Amino acid sequence: MPIWNKRCETMARPDIEQLQLERLQARVNRAYRNVRFYHRKFKEYGVEPEDIITLDDIRRLPFTTKDDLREAYPYEMFSVPLREIVRIHSSSGTTGSPTVVGYTKNDLRNWAELVARVISAGGVTKNDVVQITFGYGLFTGGFGIHYGAERVGASVIPVSAGNTQRQIRIMQDFKTTALVGTPSYALHVAEVMEEMGVKREQLALRLGLFGGEPWSERMRQEIEDRLHITATDNYGLSEVMGPGVSGECEYKCGLHINEDHFYAEVINPDTLEPLPYGHEGELVITTLTKDGMPLIRFRTRDITRLNPEPCKCGRTMMRMDRVMRRTDDMLIVKGVNVYPSQIESILLEIEGVEPHYQIILDRKGALDEMTILVEVSRELFTDSMSRLVDLEKKILDKIHSSIGVSARLKLVEPRTLERSQDKAIRVIDNRNL
Amino acid sequence: MLRISSLITCYGRIMALRGVSMHVDEGEIVAIIGANGSGKTTLLDTISGVLAPKSGSIKLFGQEVSGWQPEKLVRLGVAHVPQGRRLFADLSVYENLILGAYRRSSRDKRLHLEEDLERIYEIFPVLKERSSQKAGTLSGGEQQMLAIGRGMMSRPKLLLLDEPSMGLAPIVVRDIFKIISSLHKQGTTVLIVEQNAKAALSIARRGYVLETGRVVLEGTSSELTKNPEVRRAYLGKGYKHIIEE
Repeated sequence: MPIWNKRCETMARPDIEQLQLERLQARVNRAYRNVRFYHRKFKEYGVEPEDIITLDDIRRLPFTTKDDLREAYPYEMFSVPLREIVRIHSSSGTTGSPTVVGYTKNDLRNWAELVARVISAGGVTKNDVVQITFGYGLFTGGFGIHYGAERVGASVIPVSAGNTQRQIRIMQDFKTTALVGTPSYALHVAEVMEEMGVKREQLALRLGLFGGEPWSERMRQEIEDRLHITATDNYGLSEVMGPGVSGECEYKCGLHINEDHFYAEVINPDTLEPLPYGHEGELVITTLTKDGMPLIRFRTRDITRLNPEPCKCGRTMMRMDRVMRRTDDMLIVKGVNVYPSQIESILLEIEGVEPHYQIILDRKGALDEMTILVEVSRELFTDSMSRLVDLEKKILDKIHSSIGVSARLKLVEPRTLERSQDKAIRVIDNRNL
Repeated sequence: MLRISSLITCYGRIMALRGVSMHVDEGEIVAIIGANGSGKTTLLDTISGVLAPKSGSIKLFGQEVSGWQPEKLVRLGVAHVPQGRRLFADLSVYENLILGAYRRSSRDKRLHLEEDLERIYEIFPVLKERSSQKAGTLSGGEQQMLAIGRGMMSRPKLLLLDEPSMGLAPIVVRDIFKIISSLHKQGTTVLIVEQNAKAALSIARRGYVLETGRVVLEGTSSELTKNPEVRRAYLGKGYKHIIEE
């Protein structure tokens, strides 16, 4: 499959490393000068920009965590004045503050370029009709893929999420050749097609580009068999940019990281020590070109391994394993990041609710289903039914509006939820990925 | 072709370069822009061997050359056209040009000197007209042409230009930059240091912005010319291209 930017994606290893060092030094100099957070952190750590003499010296720099970004809400991490920011995205917050990311014009140009590389590796060309089923909005998925697909020159259908029957009709009528979304949504599409009596042969689909949630090789096989497509995985996270950080090529043997724009490390999440290539640990990303909101050593909490060996496809960009696990308790439900603590804080704000709850995740057909069991006070249970119904509605509304995922709710009597040695079991994940 | 990493150069106890990394690929024009005192000239002087770095690496054609004497670097294919031209004012234009070939072997000179001189005269016809005139009597623009011509007499692979626009009228700057472009098209790789960011970025493919001895921005010329910070600090208001292709 074509390589979008041959000059960059097939650079010799020493050239990549030279470019990374140049960009790292320039970005560190600017972050130190322009972002109060980094200036302070560098001082605390007793490091100066000049201490970066080789790429390995990056380990002397402080980490950036999701909590740091929350504390910087909304604009404290920006490295340029707001008038130079032309786009703002945001990701859901745990306990109040979400995280905010700002892009300059140049950041948006780079973003489109990097997504163009990733979807080209996945097989998309200017002759494709690309249907994007990621949500458009504050979430980076929709817009991120959108501008990259336009850059490639494909015909882009910005359907956004939801209304599967309509999606399938559009797929038929518009002769969609590439489907973009979460892998579980692709399976759901296959199921609804069956229900609607739409045959695979009635579609022009040949490619699937999926991301936003972990999925196994088994699931890939199922998607490819049921939709008769080539399915590739791509990776990104909104704090760093959105989609476009890395993606699989046709050999499906790891995701090529756009190393001229991102410096990747894998660390031991407990000791925080960098690990050698091939060892599994937490992915840490430093942005090398972002103007709006540069990040130094951002801890992704995603677990992977790095492989610098050249790939059969000709790309020299290092590969990372598909992300299957995280170092924290974040759940991905219908492609949306959910922390149990988010749900907890919502529940605790509501009167009559006990601080005991349980999140049960199931997969019904291809789609995730989240059920929340909540203990409520005995008085409420002896009260009228209407009060319980009101309470249920209140909780559900709050969860939907602040997390963005619909859930089912069961109110239960005190001490009915299982506790193991008095430590609550917060999450039961019955989904078999 | 040229690969520099974490270069530190000091004047006594003053650190003029604080860990500069950059590269120039064969066939490129690369611009270094920055204000007065940002370390631009120090960087060129360190590359051409006029100054010795305190630490860091300079690789030319894959060979570590940091700390080498200037004449050795000239032989490797580096020509440095210094700031303020540094001509021999009392020597003729012709003599200044011939001095540019001083590192070449006598056999090479016997065979090719005249031919090279003709080539320089072709690029700079005014130098031919004034070949017997003393360099000190030339106009600023002509002196700059002579300085570049003298550099080209060593048949360089890499041409280092330090502020070629300095002290010249805009119309003369345009001529000089057209000449630099044409030298590049004939196969010379160019690293140019300029306060005149407009002119430098209009001919360069990529650029680096230096500030107090550090690189604070790098990118393609089009990225840099669009960058609000560069526009504000180095391009001024009412930016427009000086060189039309």
